[in-house]
Amino acid sequence: MQVSITINGNLVSHDVEPRTLLVHFIREQAELTGTNVGCDSSSCGACTIHVNGEAVKSCTMLAVQADGQEVTTIEGLADGDTLHPMQQAFHECHALQCGYCTPGMVMAAVSLLDEKPDANEAEVREGLEGNLCRCTGYHNIVKAVLQAGGAQ
Amino acid sequence: MSILGNRVLRREDESFLTVGATYTADLVHPLLENAATVTYVRSTMAHATISVDTSEAVTMPGVLAVMVAADLDGPSILPGAVPMFPEPMLNRPILATDTVRFVGECVAVIVSETATQGVDAAEAVFVDYEPLPVVVDMEEALTDEVVVYAEVGTNLAIDFSAIGMATGITDETFFANCDVVTSGRVAHQRTAAAPLEVRSTAAAWDGDKLVFWTSNQGPQGVKGVLGTLYAETATGGVQVIVPDVGGGFGAKIAAYPEDVLLPWLAQKIGRPMRWFETRTENMQAMGPGRAHVHRFTLGGSADGNLTHYRLEVLVDSGAYARLGAFLPMFTLPMTTGVYDIASVETSALSVITNTTPTEAYRGAGRPEATLTIERAVELWSFQAGLDPIDVRRRNFLAADSFPVTTGVGTVYDSGEYERSLDLALEAADYPALREQQAQRRAEGGAKQLGIGVATYVEVTAGPAPGGSEYGKVEITPEGKARIYSGALSHGQSHMTTFSMIAADQLGIDMNDIEFVQGDTDVVTQGVGTFGSRSTQLGGSSIHKASGAIVERARSIAADLLEANVDDVVLDKAAGLFHVAGSPAVSRTWADIAAATDDLSEESKEDLLCSYPFGTHVAVVEVDTETGGVTLLRMITCDDAGRIINPLIVEGQRHGGIAQGVAQALYEEVVYDADGNLQTANFADYGFISAAELPSFELVPLETPTPNNPLGVKGIGESGAIGSTPAVQSAVIDALRPLGITHIDVPLSPEKVWSALAVAQES
Repeated sequence: MQVSITINGNLVSHDVEPRTLLVHFIREQAELTGTNVGCDSSSCGACTIHVNGEAVKSCTMLAVQADGQEVTTIEGLADGDTLHPMQQAFHECHALQCGYCTPGMVMAAVSLLDEKPDANEAEVREGLEGNLCRCTGYHNIVKAVLQAGGAQ
Repeated sequence: MSILGNRVLRREDESFLTVGATYTADLVHPLLENAATVTYVRSTMAHATISVDTSEAVTMPGVLAVMVAADLDGPSILPGAVPMFPEPMLNRPILATDTVRFVGECVAVIVSETATQGVDAAEAVFVDYEPLPVVVDMEEALTDEVVVYAEVGTNLAIDFSAIGMATGITDETFFANCDVVTSGRVAHQRTAAAPLEVRSTAAAWDGDKLVFWTSNQGPQGVKGVLGTLYAETATGGVQVIVPDVGGGFGAKIAAYPEDVLLPWLAQKIGRPMRWFETRTENMQAMGPGRAHVHRFTLGGSADGNLTHYRLEVLVDSGAYARLGAFLPMFTLPMTTGVYDIASVETSALSVITNTTPTEAYRGAGRPEATLTIERAVELWSFQAGLDPIDVRRRNFLAADSFPVTTGVGTVYDSGEYERSLDLALEAADYPALREQQAQRRAEGGAKQLGIGVATYVEVTAGPAPGGSEYGKVEITPEGKARIYSGALSHGQSHMTTFSMIAADQLGIDMNDIEFVQGDTDVVTQGVGTFGSRSTQLGGSSIHKASGAIVERARSIAADLLEANVDDVVLDKAAGLFHVAGSPAVSRTWADIAAATDDLSEESKEDLLCSYPFGTHVAVVEVDTETGGVTLLRMITCDDAGRIINPLIVEGQRHGGIAQGVAQALYEEVVYDADGNLQTANFADYGFISAAELPSFELVPLETPTPNNPLGVKGIGESGAIGSTPAVQSAVIDALRPLGITHIDVPLSPEKVWSALAVAQES
């Protein structure tokens, strides 16, 4: 079936199987591979994107459910060559190592601060519970989110 | 001023943050155009004879081929990397022939146009299982009541005493002169490495040359395996390319059966192949770690002098004997940890079970040695009526005794164990913690405080005596530099660390230094990244090659300046060569490069391994009504020798600590009695999240090693080695007034609650 989604400001239209997950539409039809697949139980959050400005694990949604919606992926977060404050904070705080969780983590963190700009450490930790990272022990991720919060 | 020691931000970050880097599944390459998708059909039984019916699957939409073992006319066996085991245990079938030996073993392979078509077709492959008796538990396997390899006649894969790597065990007279003797059994659960990126591989033929992309920690090792398996067909050579890798943690050192079949499939079908497994497949079939059971006996004098120690190691190989089965090679040399114990005896056995074959996982044998000796010291101290911290102090190898040979003959390079303990306790404000604990105990509430301490030493760049890593440095015509490393950063930040090391020698801005890794056509030698080896071996090679280039450049500069080479200096701040005292007339790196055909140097010197150490202090709150544990604070003092970049080293410590805490409290690969994996995804496996952890309190300590020119030790695994026993001891410390002296990791609410229930009954 025909699905049309505005991804990072560009309309992407494709004929896909009804069972196609949004994450696969983004990776395969839109050819945006920054959004990663890390599990098959909606546990890891590596595929987190924004749908109409809110964080969504893109493996929990069918592409058809996003038909006509606005999607933002990691590729659409920066303003040209200027990193989003969250991307900048991740860089400055060494909040990424292997980087596989990073796109999802950044998108989840941006959404977290949108909802609660003054989130404290405990709230950031609870808020990111659904995004798993194997490398950083979360220490510098939490630091980066708090720094980005302070900057906004 | 040297750039070394500065908190330099990572150079590699940008692509990760803006486009999510390029992992194997993201690759776009002309050779991979029109690639077909590979899907494996996996055994759902732990031990059975099989017959496979693929007749329906081949008719499914988009299916190009369905193959079983009998169809393989190319490689059919993936031999183990350590040829120390009986052949049937060592030689792993790429597709199971007539018998499956663990849930998740590959029984058939599907090639299809798309991934979803592959999954659909896998559902249509009918496997007829004739069940065989199953053995899951390693201690049960040792009895040989159920034997997995009838042709071998025993489950015993290796006895380390028989090959001279363990001393062997005598009898109880060994402890005859000890006043206090404590024995125990300590379990180290099976853990999943669980990198966020699962296994992922692609293969294509460029004429008679095999090009192979894979998510792996050591491209040269993969090239070696493929070179052997495809010796007859890859007459044009093998090129292995490792793009960005989403974590490895030891489980991506080896190539797996699923990887190495792709080139054959590509030949058969005449198309490039891609494989990207699911998380469930990853949990079933990528090698897990730990899976030890230890028995210990520790003896000493009534006043606290530890003199005799016995360690008996049992390792679960899983269904085939891979790297995990041989990891006592790291446990046994670290048997006595940080302690001066003169009389030691050891044994180690690895046994086959009907479970996923074990591989290395962060620490790989050293966390096991550490946890057992730390538990032993705690238990012995309580039995002797002494404070475990006092017993540690009394028995530490003394700071002025290095290099020192331990009771098992290992030579440690440098260490200040008591200082690490002092620094960690001071940072924790240990006396205040004990006061808070006493207050809670006096109040008698449900939530009690526990404080745990562990002092560790480990070996990095091992096994002893050490190893080497390839490094090459070249100067470009523009006067910039390019560095090549055989190490393989998969999150460890080699681009930043290694370019700092080169910049420090060359006087070239680190941002003008290109970093190259992971393509065996370009980096023609090397080993890879594991065992906390890369900065000390790979970094040292970059350091030495850089120094050698500077020496050659000075000689060329001397000719250009018509001066004596002994008078020519490199002004590192300016990146200019001139005669000492005459900076006005100088030559640039570009001038030097223009004066010679090839300005490059290589190094891969053999270097000794090093022995990082430290002390971890954990503070936990235990709910004595529910068994729930909350980690309140984690204070660690970790010595990694000289620090090149504190930002990156701290990051390595953080990650290790979190994994060690996870092992202490949550994570465990669980099978039922029939060998069914109960923890086959992240919904069931206790992968630690941000919500279960506090921020960590890190205490710096730098004791340079004499064993490499940089003075650096490994730091990749330390965090995972000290934290597990510290957290374990902290939970037990909270429960000691209730008569609880030991609970095995992971200290899940269920286990803590059960221990409380037993304690209350008695």
